Amino acid sequence: MSVTSPPLAVTAYTATSAVGAGLCAHLQALDQQRSGLRPNDFNTTPLACWIGRVDGVESRPLPDDYAQWDCRNNRLAWLGLNQDGFLGQVHAARQRYGATRIALLLGTSTASIGATEEGYRRLADNRLPDDLHRSAIHNPHSLTGFIAEALDLHGPCLTISTACSSSAKVFAGAERLIRLGIVDAAVVGGVDSLCDSVLFGFNALELVSSEPCRPFDAARRGISIGEAAGFALLERADANPEATLHLLGCGESSDAHHMSTPDPSGAGAELALHDLFGRAGIDASHVDYINLHGTASQKNDAMEAALVARLFPPHTRVSSTKGLTGHTLGAAGIVEAAITLLALREGFVPGNAGVNTPDPACTPHFAWRNESRPIRIALSHSFGFGGSNACLAFARTTAGDNA
Amino acid sequence: MTALRVQIEGIGLWTPQATDFDALRRVLGGDVPLESVTRPTASALSINERRRAPESVLVAMEVALQAVNMSRRSADSLACVFASAYGDQATTDYMCRVLAKTPTELSPTRFHNSVHNASAGYWTIATDCHAPSSAICAGPASFGAGLLEAAVQACAQQCPVLLVCSDTAGVGPLGELIGCQLAFGAALVLSPAADGRMPQLNLALVEETSRHALLPATCTAWMRDNPSAACLPLMAMLANNGGECVVAASAQRGLLVKMEVSA
Repeated sequence: MSVTSPPLAVTAYTATSAVGAGLCAHLQALDQQRSGLRPNDFNTTPLACWIGRVDGVESRPLPDDYAQWDCRNNRLAWLGLNQDGFLGQVHAARQRYGATRIALLLGTSTASIGATEEGYRRLADNRLPDDLHRSAIHNPHSLTGFIAEALDLHGPCLTISTACSSSAKVFAGAERLIRLGIVDAAVVGGVDSLCDSVLFGFNALELVSSEPCRPFDAARRGISIGEAAGFALLERADANPEATLHLLGCGESSDAHHMSTPDPSGAGAELALHDLFGRAGIDASHVDYINLHGTASQKNDAMEAALVARLFPPHTRVSSTKGLTGHTLGAAGIVEAAITLLALREGFVPGNAGVNTPDPACTPHFAWRNESRPIRIALSHSFGFGGSNACLAFARTTAGDNA
Repeated sequence: MTALRVQIEGIGLWTPQATDFDALRRVLGGDVPLESVTRPTASALSINERRRAPESVLVAMEVALQAVNMSRRSADSLACVFASAYGDQATTDYMCRVLAKTPTELSPTRFHNSVHNASAGYWTIATDCHAPSSAICAGPASFGAGLLEAAVQACAQQCPVLLVCSDTAGVGPLGELIGCQLAFGAALVLSPAADGRMPQLNLALVEETSRHALLPATCTAWMRDNPSAACLPLMAMLANNGGECVVAASAQRGLLVKMEVSA
């Protein structure tokens, strides 16, 4: 049964990725189309590829109070949490609503498995070494457990781990909790960090490019893996009449096709879009911009270019921004939601970075360069392993006009 | 808060000493289980996939199919939530061992089996399910958080939802640290409460995190050895057709589950 969901106010958001920490760094990188990708200097065993690495994560241990949570993934989370005044916004919301009335839903695919990998490199008598013998960090809820403590939130607390759709699906979960009145607000987001599992794992699947990724290029050769942290605060629109950025709705579906490749027909992705349109009360003709999943894998980009050509009118502009950030996997949903919100706020269409020769399958919908134009409704696509699809719709409204 | 009211349409359960809900009823009735099965049937999967799939996926598939069969729902349109506290620890142990020594020899199949949503992926592919699927965790509170998520989906979307919660035994240095020593899975098909003869549950978030009636020693041992067995107080209520319990839904909050006795 299709249920329409009322819009929610996005009252704070932030992103940290290879292009920099916080929204200003992202806006600058988008404006200049400056990529954060660099040759792989991360792995202990060499792997010839490019990565989107966040500078300085290693040198910032967590505050002593959170010592049991200390690991690279949670350091990246903490760095991300401390940008754009986000902590202060959450503290104010906690004052307003109470700690039990704010949900926390975070997406991650890696969680802190990098710490488990490190433990296995330094085994002592077939046991994790003492400094890493901490159960808090060797499980997939490590990120959310840490952030719940750091933000002192006592509401529903959930990790969603559906590979590359993880931190898009958190918006859908939060929307349902707020709509049912179980909470008044939700902190959503996601963090994924570089680690051997994803670099050598995607390499084993022959999905990693030896050069910087080129989404939708005719000669694209695969993905560049990146890391990122991002968060957003969602509240009821009617309680925040001054808010101008809104989540209009979320759509979800399953491909039921293959564990590690998308259904080439795009049927699953299309179902997620129709689910989204129903909930948001819009149709394809209302969409001004789509931040595509656009990983630079052969199969995703072919499927997604055909999807755009099939469903959207010529005035809908589309692009992938993974040429700037890399594919941040479980954090891609939140980073690209933040980029979509920036595009709405600033009134521009981000160019599809990294392309030399566009794939001939790409229709004129594609914005190869930045375009300055007001946009009112924008989507963000996230498609993950196991055929997990999530699409989000955001809108910019004038104060007092709730979409 | 709006009361969350759901009904239970189907139940699945598998652990080596109790391979379905009827076997659990016998354990709850005081029987001491003797037989021990090593592998679930997982007949939702094709023979090929059954061979390729790790134990974690087989346990999840087994309980999911039991619950869906009992509900008489069609799996291909059923939204699903797969919860697991630790995911596939045996695969994580394999990955970390290989990555520590010969990372370029990592198996691509074992890598894609390592994602937390592997069971959700196998299930939706096997049943041709295009409805939304999710994979979640919340540490030791994964069952309660999964129950909340599934109930919220059912009530917010007005649709039936399959909830699966499963964990398998850990191995190696990771297994030593975590201490999960048993394979255990449970599944429920739940839908918005309606007048009828199905068990009705009222759910509410509360300050306490755990409270339940006394369970047989076999069940408390399972709860000690596997976080997904945190569902057993609720399973006992379903077997006894009444009662209430609190299951942990996070480090801070529990889910008070009250069962309305059917007429």
